Amino acid sequence: MSIKDVARKQLEVIGLPPATAPERPHGLIEPILYPFRRGEMPEVQPPVGFFTDTSVCIGCKACQVACKEWNLLQAAETGLSGKSYDNTLALSAEEWRHVKFIELFDEMPLPPPPLKPTANFDDFDIKKLLDEPKVGHWLMMSDSCKHCVSAPCQLACPTGAIVHTEFANVLIQPDICNGCSSCIASCPFGVITRSAADGHSYKCTMCYDRLHDGLEPACARACPTWAINFGPIDAIKQQAEARVKQLQDRGVSQAYLYGDAATDQYSALHNFYLLLAEPGVYGLPDQAANPHNHLAGDYLRAALGLLLALAVLVAAFALVGG
Amino acid sequence: MSGLGTSFGFGACTNFPRDLVNSDCILVMGSNMAESHPVGFLWPTLAQQSGATLIHVDPRYTRTSAAADVHVTIRPGADLAFLGGIVRYIVANNRHFEEYVVHYTNAATILSPEYGMDPATGLFAGFNPATSTYDLLPESWDYVMEPGPDGAPAQPKTDPTLQDPQCVFQVLKRHFDPYTPETVANICGCRPEDVVKVAELLCRNSGRERTSAIAYSLGWTQHGTGPQIIRTAAIVQLLLGNIGRPGGGIIALRGHANVQGATDIPTLFNTLPNYLPMPHALPAQATLADYLANGHSSGARRGNVDDGLWKMDVTRGSWTNLPKYTISLLKAWYGDAATAGNEFGYQWIPKLDEDLSEMSYFIKMHRGQVKGLFLFGQNPAVGGPNARLQRDAMRKLQWLVAVDLFETESASVWYADPEGPDPKTVPTEVFLLPAAAITEKEGSLTNTERLVQWHDRAVDPPGDCHSDLWYVYQVGKRLKQLYAGSGLARDAAIRNLTWDYDDEAAAQPGEPDAEKVLRELNGYHTATGKHLKSAGELAGDGSTACGSRLYAGIFPDPEHNLARRLDGAVNPAGIFADWGWAWPGNSRVLYNRASADPQGRPWSERKKLVWWDEAQGRWTGDDVPQFETTTPPTYQPAPDATGMAAIAGDAPFGAHFDGRGWLFTPFGMADGPLPVHYEPLESPFMNALGSQQSSPLTVILQDPLNPLSPPGDPDYPLVATTYRITEHYLSGAMSRFNSWLVELQPAMFVEISPALAAARGVKNLDWVVVSTLRDEIEARALVTERMQPLTVEGRPAHVVGMLWGFGYRGEAVGESANVLSPMSLSPDADIQGTKSFACQLRAGRLGDERHVPALPMAPLPLIDLPVRQTPWAGQPEGSEQHVD
Repeated sequence: MSIKDVARKQLEVIGLPPATAPERPHGLIEPILYPFRRGEMPEVQPPVGFFTDTSVCIGCKACQVACKEWNLLQAAETGLSGKSYDNTLALSAEEWRHVKFIELFDEMPLPPPPLKPTANFDDFDIKKLLDEPKVGHWLMMSDSCKHCVSAPCQLACPTGAIVHTEFANVLIQPDICNGCSSCIASCPFGVITRSAADGHSYKCTMCYDRLHDGLEPACARACPTWAINFGPIDAIKQQAEARVKQLQDRGVSQAYLYGDAATDQYSALHNFYLLLAEPGVYGLPDQAANPHNHLAGDYLRAALGLLLALAVLVAAFALVGG
Repeated sequence: MSGLGTSFGFGACTNFPRDLVNSDCILVMGSNMAESHPVGFLWPTLAQQSGATLIHVDPRYTRTSAAADVHVTIRPGADLAFLGGIVRYIVANNRHFEEYVVHYTNAATILSPEYGMDPATGLFAGFNPATSTYDLLPESWDYVMEPGPDGAPAQPKTDPTLQDPQCVFQVLKRHFDPYTPETVANICGCRPEDVVKVAELLCRNSGRERTSAIAYSLGWTQHGTGPQIIRTAAIVQLLLGNIGRPGGGIIALRGHANVQGATDIPTLFNTLPNYLPMPHALPAQATLADYLANGHSSGARRGNVDDGLWKMDVTRGSWTNLPKYTISLLKAWYGDAATAGNEFGYQWIPKLDEDLSEMSYFIKMHRGQVKGLFLFGQNPAVGGPNARLQRDAMRKLQWLVAVDLFETESASVWYADPEGPDPKTVPTEVFLLPAAAITEKEGSLTNTERLVQWHDRAVDPPGDCHSDLWYVYQVGKRLKQLYAGSGLARDAAIRNLTWDYDDEAAAQPGEPDAEKVLRELNGYHTATGKHLKSAGELAGDGSTACGSRLYAGIFPDPEHNLARRLDGAVNPAGIFADWGWAWPGNSRVLYNRASADPQGRPWSERKKLVWWDEAQGRWTGDDVPQFETTTPPTYQPAPDATGMAAIAGDAPFGAHFDGRGWLFTPFGMADGPLPVHYEPLESPFMNALGSQQSSPLTVILQDPLNPLSPPGDPDYPLVATTYRITEHYLSGAMSRFNSWLVELQPAMFVEISPALAAARGVKNLDWVVVSTLRDEIEARALVTERMQPLTVEGRPAHVVGMLWGFGYRGEAVGESANVLSPMSLSPDADIQGTKSFACQLRAGRLGDERHVPALPMAPLPLIDLPVRQTPWAGQPEGSEQHVD
């Protein structure tokens, strides 16, 4: 069977007729009523997400490029940043994946002492040599939208453009987005940016279009060392826990999971990571904050503040008048 | 290639990259595997997850180093010394795998009493300063051969106890004795502890139960001592018993998906397809009979053109098949015109009388002695050593044909070179022919693991784009037409060339059928046209034709192109036996006889691969045995046995006449039977291990544009090295025209340490000028602690690291580092020494304006054709263009 036959068979399996776009509303009434209509809810699917094991990331940026290719995102005009091998520098409307590079080098060891004549190999402490830590670390991390279980951006969005899909990932529907930037302000990870071209907000969609067809996101597909693992949340959590344990058993005590579980201040993430240093080293918040956690209190405080201001005003008038 | 070929028999990667999953320890050296082979790097990553130790020894701390468990920084060009230190550790501490070494290597063989090596100079006995070759004592590297009974041909004299002072093992021990940890540290700039640490890790991960692998790439080959560096690694792996074993071997990572294919079916000047020696213009090879008797001597002669130890290859081991290989090749090329009566057309093959490797003919080109050049996807203006000379040379051609996807630096060398002359003064007529991309043509790729994979055409090439095969086929057709009426003897070769590969099913006439080419490579019986089923069917009487003896069996009948196979079943050894087809005979691990002990049992259950099945009387296992199938392990050849019958049942290296892996190469390496550390041609440091500064057989190509700075030149005190990064591919001819890759790495830069930066008053991102005696370039500096100053011979050694993949065409343009590198030919391989040469660095920019316009970023690649069969859900959802 040739590769052409294999491909043809796959298309047959997926084979849906070329679908058409939903019809635009016509006439006088429909365009007004249309936004309030609720279509059929898609059937809820098992939640899926990413477990990114940064300990095996080689910083190749295949994820970054695959995302661009699949989503046809415009290339940015970058310049040499001087910041390690990272020239794209941040997530944006055109960069939905961004590989971070962090060089961690302590004071380099001094040059070796003056030489002795031919060594007796017994002079070397083999055990000490084999146990000595590695000099220098270069951490790499493929950053993207965290697809928070309780997402501040989704809570903040006034138009309902941001939704959790049937796969439980966070999706911005750019045609509904009005460009108000509330989502950008509320994301603790700095993931979202408005496009300079059309003013809408954009971010990683977890390849929602591919998920419909049972395909994994383009970045996970492209990752050569299986750093980006995609699958049902339960399965990848198990995988992540096993990997952390494996690393810690081998003496890599600094390995831990970030975002796999909810904290008392923030929900779990459906794009969680295995990290090898504190979150701050990776430019991630040590403790992400969800502004909506204290919204009720904020409203109350605002109301009380208003009352206090009114009271002060009334008192002032009374004093002046009296 | 020559390092591996002389050590083991085949100059190719011994194991397959996925086999690294089975390794207990992996040494990556002379390679930046994670950046240059990211897809293959999955295997070392998985190996680590199973507990393997990954070691990276390299001048820089790269993305491979980030993944490794151990990283050691060494000076570029000092690799041989480091490996020599490992050899010394193994033999001084008796950590070698004794049973393997005694039976499977030539450790026990006694050497000629004439053999000698002077550690004070670093030269072997018999060096002729007049010719710069070792031709004064042509027999000094030979084995002592003992005559058999009744005058039967001799066998090597051996001492299986390895005690005889003149046996290879003891000679090896003495040879590497100077490579103490301190001496090596002094040369390499590492700590003595680093040598011991790496050596110890390899030792404790080798033996019956454990195996270690070494992976290398251009960081080893592109040195003046390249083949000898690889020889040293081969010695390490033979001593540790890692060759022919799962998770062991030497992974030669080739730099391109089809380089293996390009050397198998080569346009190399000095081999006929599949590594048959190129006939030389010598009386001793004047006729076909002469060639078959003396052809094995290429690279082995050292003065003897018709006799020498290499003559053993004529009667023992697989090279006895040279007549079958050669005559079948001639029948493939010349068809019915090749007969026994005209030596099968042997006289139509041009004979070699000088070095015509790429650099050599570029020098000739520079002198106006070469009229025309075809470049198929090759960009010497950026990738060639001493690129300035290469560019200048191409402007002396009468005509230049570039077949490529973009107008590269080489295709535009006549007008776009910022250092070039006024285009009106350039006489070269340049033809830029549009090439089809990989998905637009059918054919095969032969990758690093000798695996041949077929690919079909997915789309038709646009416009006038054609495959390389089409272009070559068409050129051949036109040449045949032109010479059809010529009666001249010298045109007979073209007239008689078989050249019918027409694809009858194609819409366009003149389209070649790649499978017809494959059929010729596979071979067929000339009388019946039936495909050969294996190399075993090759005959030396003209009854078979075969364009590529190693590929025989890949196309056993017209319905089964085994390179097309896509069976994803994997066996316990991690081998996808029915995916594609690997040479030879689909064996995936070369020399896998060595995975079993002399009695034919696996060395251990954990490391079994092939073994002897007594009941069936054949070798079997998880890989196709790369051994005579029915020869039992206990087989001892008769003294006068010939061919493969001369190879014992416990001799895994059948391409060698003694069936053994060569720790000591009695022939094949012109510059020495054992590796010696020499300094690169241009080096700020003097050789600490001998008065001979650099390899005496290195050919320095004389040209006004190729001056070399003398060793220790204070004007060029820094060590330059060149490399690729993941984001760009080779000379950037494909990647710097791709906006999505350009945004990742938009500019040329050089990497230097903070110490060097401080010494030169350079801050991160400042412009710097890097210079050698040949040229200067300007680039931005990336100041990083991943570059580390070393202490070599008591003084600082600073390394300047440069990307070599930039040029003056594309969306990202920049200076080419290769205008700085020198041209020279390494002995045995004719490879350039571009991974270490001397340079200087200063802050600032070049005075003259070298503004090179970059192409604008490409607009968003909209699909303007209707996208068929893609459901609504499949449309890219997040794109700005995603509207109904």
